[in-house]
Amino acid sequence: MSTSHPRSGAATESAQKHKDRVAAAPTRDADFTTLSGDSVDAVYTPADVDAGRYDAEVGAPGSFPFTRGPYLNMYRGRLFTMRQFSGFGSARESNARYKFLLSQGGTGLSVAFDMPTLMGLDADHARAEGEVGRCGVAISSLRDMETLFDGIPLQDVSTSMTINGPAAIIWAFYIAAAEKQGADPAKLRGTLQNDILKEYIAQKEYLFPPAPSMRLVVDTIEHATRHMPYFHPVSISGYHIREAGSTAVQELAFTLADGFAYVEAAIERGLDVDDFAPRLSFFFNAHSDFFEEICKYRAARRIWAKRLRDRYGAKDPNSWRLRFHTQTAGCSLTAQQPENNIVRTAIQALSGVLGGTQSLHTNSMDETLALPTDHAAKIALRTQQVIAYETGVTNVVDPLGGSYFIEALTDRHERAAEEIFQRIGQLGGMVPAIEAGYPQREIGRAAYAYQRALEAKRKIMVGVNEFVETDETVQIPILVIEKRVEEESRRDLAALRRDRDNERVRRGLSALRDAARGSANLMPYLLDCARAYATVGEQVEALQDVFGGYREPAVF
Amino acid sequence: MGPKPDERIRVLVAKPGLDGHDRGAKVVANALRDAGMEVIYTGLHQTPEMIVSAAVQEDADVVALSVLSGAHMTLFPRVLELLRAQGAGDVLVTGGGIIGKEDMEALEKLGTGKLFGPGSSTQDAVEYIRAEVRQRRGRNRS
Repeated sequence: MSTSHPRSGAATESAQKHKDRVAAAPTRDADFTTLSGDSVDAVYTPADVDAGRYDAEVGAPGSFPFTRGPYLNMYRGRLFTMRQFSGFGSARESNARYKFLLSQGGTGLSVAFDMPTLMGLDADHARAEGEVGRCGVAISSLRDMETLFDGIPLQDVSTSMTINGPAAIIWAFYIAAAEKQGADPAKLRGTLQNDILKEYIAQKEYLFPPAPSMRLVVDTIEHATRHMPYFHPVSISGYHIREAGSTAVQELAFTLADGFAYVEAAIERGLDVDDFAPRLSFFFNAHSDFFEEICKYRAARRIWAKRLRDRYGAKDPNSWRLRFHTQTAGCSLTAQQPENNIVRTAIQALSGVLGGTQSLHTNSMDETLALPTDHAAKIALRTQQVIAYETGVTNVVDPLGGSYFIEALTDRHERAAEEIFQRIGQLGGMVPAIEAGYPQREIGRAAYAYQRALEAKRKIMVGVNEFVETDETVQIPILVIEKRVEEESRRDLAALRRDRDNERVRRGLSALRDAARGSANLMPYLLDCARAYATVGEQVEALQDVFGGYREPAVF
Repeated sequence: MGPKPDERIRVLVAKPGLDGHDRGAKVVANALRDAGMEVIYTGLHQTPEMIVSAAVQEDADVVALSVLSGAHMTLFPRVLELLRAQGAGDVLVTGGGIIGKEDMEALEKLGTGKLFGPGSSTQDAVEYIRAEVRQRRGRNRS
């Protein structure tokens, strides 16, 4: 084992000479920076990594610090789940799309809800007008959830639900729907996104102020820990942070910092870290800079493992093991020449796989224009199947491990993330940092800087600022959401409100309000409301009566 | 009488409806401010009523709406209708988001200005707003 610092040996001198020669060589007029704007060298050599650190910092796959992957044999043991995010129109239409995706080889479900549902509004609310079913499926009650999964046995599938503000309410609908199918909730598999901190930072689908929102998240973590061991109660997300315009390192750092905040909140509730940490999951973006992304995932695993073991005292290796879902970057897709998006998505998906993702969503080519058609969604799924079955990349665990560039960039990401953690620590932690607007400002700045780089052509987007086709007409079919979806939803809700036991609903909402005023875990109360067919809007209003609402400061 | 032709252009940037994806709105707001315009950012989750009330109160020359949720055919026309009802029909209504070409044409027929979809340059929006507002101010004075 070498005892000298890698940069002081004889090999370093020729590496430096090499770098000098590269700098003097004829060079294109381009920035040679990552998508996030970090410069990278032309060539990486052994001088750029410390081989002595392998065991401590890289290690074997499935072993601390999990840089190379959370599992021993990764895709040799089990392929990544092909989990296409999906939902539009009514529950009936989305049910058909889910069956289609499963029939085409999808191996997990993922529900996209419409804006009213995401914002805790029923389909017949005044503010839902024009919005029903347009961004996802409209779910106002347990009845809609039952329709959504009609003919799909919930005990046999794993379902992810992208829902945050009203996550606990929607989860209760899912659990109640499973019960109605005769499934045992304790055996249900899936993930609830339920990462409220990133809502304040990026996606903006909050319903209450931060403190009661955190209480609800911890309630769900507690409920999963005690009653639903195969369900991930949170999917700590960087995807949206990145979509809002952050750099790769900001995505990495803000996501993990959110994760630390949830760990601390759950510990404060009295839960043992090894009881809940194994069920925490993550969700990252797969953006266009191929290697920057791969190194981001590797750094994420290493940082999380170290923190959980060394700072939070977790003893179970399952607590140290960061597992994540990946979605290819929506913000990288173009409305211009949309078929090029198939290519972008494929390359991004590949980076997720080379980075060791457990679950993957690939965007459809038409998503800059509308929600995906069957055809476009199928191509996106086939993209994953080609990667999994034709390319050979799933034969070897962390095949890029040991690359001088990959290890150097992984290290660099870790160091840069630690600097951001320092800053957050100075602000008192992630919740105070969010209340001070720190991550929001950083993201806004990064987004604006990137736009300026694009407009100055220092960053290129094919078809947008280079290789532009001026008289292009869109030739691909576009999914249209019909107005009748909204009308039908209103009629269905009116019928529901008429036919259900309204006294039972009133009792359920009243008990919910009382429990919200205290400190009881709200999940049992939400389950009662779900079973009584109380709507999302009714439950959110009951909770807002106690928690209040939230309006963010309007800054840009 | 209205603002003089070279007085600072006042733009209200707003996100109507439920959509909270504000990256574009903030980027455009920054670009307009850097171009020397006075930008009033209303923030998220605004109703058309709140937007028009703010536009009238702030004496905005321009209302720029960002809608990515597909609800634009409800929200843009409502804003136009309310502006007209408040005698502010000459305010330029522009904006962007996920709005297809056909819908853009339909909205322009209803009275919006040019709309800017994905891939638009902020400089195009800046130049368009400058030229259009100048023209409208000239019209109002003659």
